[in-house]
Amino acid sequence: MQSVILKTATRLMVGMILVFAVYLLLRGHHEPGGGFIAALVAGTGFALFAIAEGPRKVRLAVRLRPAIIALLGLSLAIIAGLPAVFASQPFLTGIWWNLGSKISVGTPLIFDIGVFLAVLGAILAILLNLEEN
Amino acid sequence: MTAAKPHSDHPDAGTSGLGLLSTAVPLLLFIGLCYLWPEVVRGRVFQLQWPWMPTLDLYLRFRLDGLSLLFGLIITGAGFFVSLYSSSYMAGHPHIGRYFAFLHAFMLSMLGIVTADNLLLLFVFWEGTTVFSYLLIGFDHESDIARDNARQAILITSVGGLALLIGILLLKVAGASFILSHWVTAGDQIRQHALYPAIFSAVLLGAMTKSAQFPFHFWLPNAMSAPTPISAFIHAATMVKAGVYLLMRFHPLLGGTQLWMTSLVIIGGITALWGALQALAPSDLKRVLAYTTMMALGILTMFLGGQTTPALTAATTFLLVHALYKASLFLAAGSIDHQTGTRQLDRLGGLWRAMPLTAIAVAAATMSMAGFPLFFGFIGKEIMYKGAMTETVFPGFATTAALFSNALMTGVAGTILLGVFFGRRPAALAEVREVPWTMRFGPSIMGGLTILFGIIPWWVSANLVQPAVLAFHPTREEIQLQLFHGFNTPLLLSIITLTLGGLIYLTRERTRYGVVLLEQRLPVTSQRIYQLCLDLFTRTAEMLTRGLQNGSLTNYLTVIVLCMVVTVGWPWIGTATTALSLPILDGPMAAVGLVILIFTAAVVVVTAKRTLAAICGLGGVGAGVALIFLVFGAPDLALTQLMVETLTVIIVSLVLPRLPSLDNTKKRPLLRRIMTACLCVAVGAMITSLLMGIHQQPLDRSLTAFYESKSYLAAHGRNIVNVILVDFRALDTLGEITVVVLAAWAGIALIRKPKERNPCNPSF
Repeated sequence: MQSVILKTATRLMVGMILVFAVYLLLRGHHEPGGGFIAALVAGTGFALFAIAEGPRKVRLAVRLRPAIIALLGLSLAIIAGLPAVFASQPFLTGIWWNLGSKISVGTPLIFDIGVFLAVLGAILAILLNLEEN
Repeated sequence: MTAAKPHSDHPDAGTSGLGLLSTAVPLLLFIGLCYLWPEVVRGRVFQLQWPWMPTLDLYLRFRLDGLSLLFGLIITGAGFFVSLYSSSYMAGHPHIGRYFAFLHAFMLSMLGIVTADNLLLLFVFWEGTTVFSYLLIGFDHESDIARDNARQAILITSVGGLALLIGILLLKVAGASFILSHWVTAGDQIRQHALYPAIFSAVLLGAMTKSAQFPFHFWLPNAMSAPTPISAFIHAATMVKAGVYLLMRFHPLLGGTQLWMTSLVIIGGITALWGALQALAPSDLKRVLAYTTMMALGILTMFLGGQTTPALTAATTFLLVHALYKASLFLAAGSIDHQTGTRQLDRLGGLWRAMPLTAIAVAAATMSMAGFPLFFGFIGKEIMYKGAMTETVFPGFATTAALFSNALMTGVAGTILLGVFFGRRPAALAEVREVPWTMRFGPSIMGGLTILFGIIPWWVSANLVQPAVLAFHPTREEIQLQLFHGFNTPLLLSIITLTLGGLIYLTRERTRYGVVLLEQRLPVTSQRIYQLCLDLFTRTAEMLTRGLQNGSLTNYLTVIVLCMVVTVGWPWIGTATTALSLPILDGPMAAVGLVILIFTAAVVVVTAKRTLAAICGLGGVGAGVALIFLVFGAPDLALTQLMVETLTVIIVSLVLPRLPSLDNTKKRPLLRRIMTACLCVAVGAMITSLLMGIHQQPLDRSLTAFYESKSYLAAHGRNIVNVILVDFRALDTLGEITVVVLAAWAGIALIRKPKERNPCNPSF
């Protein structure tokens, strides 16, 4: 689609949408959000980008192939379950580490990032292929 | 093919180092078994056990007793000779690595069957032999015939495998132990159980299909499309002997009833006679040998139908006799094929001067097969007649069947030995040379053993046969094989057999003509029934596929929705007796406005003339639902729903140019459209009434309370929805994202398909 307004707006929007997606992803444990929603938001951002600039630009910007991103996400989700196994607890049990007094980081966060990447990869794969045809 | 030419498939490529190396597997196992042998003869039983799935009664439980030892020695011994032989026979084949992998996996599965002490474990190995035999029979996978034959073998043996599994499960119901070694001391509990006939039939079907008993025999001769060493292995040591082993193991548990004895004796007798008779017909050497295997399997089954010590000893002895001569003969047949390029009996002759060492091995093996005195086959035949006369049911039939099939074997043995190695050598075979030592070694050793065992039968009976028989037939009677039993009926029958065999050899041309004629005249054969069933099956599958998967999305949706309405709506109508009332509207008034929005959007979807309008309508419905979630306090759900709706609209609008115009669908017949409308209304009414019904029940908040109390304390999170997703039910989420990724993958394949199908026109 050739539209100057859309292109200009997209340039401003996409970055914000992606930042918003990351924000949703990270705050998901306490407030509305999470990996799945964040992936959908980021997917919408990329869809906008693809409509304005064409799928080739999206591929260049993403660098990795969507299928690779999806598989990376799946692997990350599985890896997130492993520390529990080493601590002789059931697979995928949440393990938490305290960083300072206020912040704690746990395997569920890694798992959520895995979910984010897997879903985003899947959306991108379908979206880009559809656009290219 | 008019003249025999040197084998072109396997050029003389020497010997495969990989193959030679891999012979270490069976050799080491064989040596290991030999090491344990003296202890086993003394009556010791070796056991190993690890749990596998204890809740299913499945243990990795292995056991080595006399019977396992006999089978184990045959399997590993033959396995060693066969892999040694193959390292020359298959040298230069492009898939030689795969070949040896299959061969050894097949051997280990078979070894697993005979050493497993847990019935389920035995079944696992049983199916293992089915799969690997399939791969080996179809090894030459570019040939249609090999593929068809492999499929035939796996279909028939896996039908038997399923029957065996049913039998195993019924045994569980009947209260039998899954530990095989407990059966020897088991009483009559199973034999008197009401399920006994069903269990027996299932187990028998498993054994019959595996051991190629009439009427399931036809896959065995067809399995000849496997490379010859594999045929040797399948026929002499593995696969077909699995059924026989099964019958031996089940003997103490199920044997001895009238049903067992009658069926086994009759089935075995018919198989033996029909196999022996058919062995005269073919001119392909391997096919001849295949039918003689069928005869041997019939004899084994027939004697396992017996209950007396001589009958069971006869079965066990003949097992060894047959393994030795059959492996030797098959390997020799492979050598002949390898050197001359033909297996047709009428093109072979006078080879003894060209291949003297192979000739000697074949001579020993065929003499044993024919049952000449001083050969092990003679001992086997003597005990066979002694056993047949003591059969509890139909001793006359058993003796006659044994007599005639042995006589026919003698004739076939003569045809093989004299036809191939003596007489005039065809001019085409002038250049034939002897095979390398790797291919002579097995047949020679086994041929030598048939002579050695024939001279010292008492040693064989004390060290091999007796421990094996005692393992499944505890008896106080002494089991002894002797060189000469004195002038008695078995000896007389042996003489009659040899005489008859000689007559059959002399009249072989006429007999063969008769058998061929008989085969052609048969109105119905198992092979034809199999073909008929297979055709019926594929035709039914084709019909069903055409009916159900006709490519029309409308049809798919109709079927899915109809099923949903029937399976959910039917019980719902039955239970929904109370009057449904509209829920009290205590929510914010904004919800009413949203309902109106959703309703309007739905009307747009149904009445839209353009696809784009319909899609926007759908998006409107989705957005309305998302807003309802938001109003009622489910922001996560609302956000997800909104994003999914947005993406759906984007994706659908990308697909839009490929979709047919809505005008086409509007032109559908009125009746069809009315029916679709009815279905839609039915679904809507069902879901609405379901929701209203649910609303009338008090809401169970215990689960919510659990998550509310645990979410922060146990999982460090305040957003319960997300904590459930990534922590409490993380495994579910893992499964779901796997599905998402796979679905995307499949989607890509679907999207790209038209492009790849038509590479000249990528702009499709």
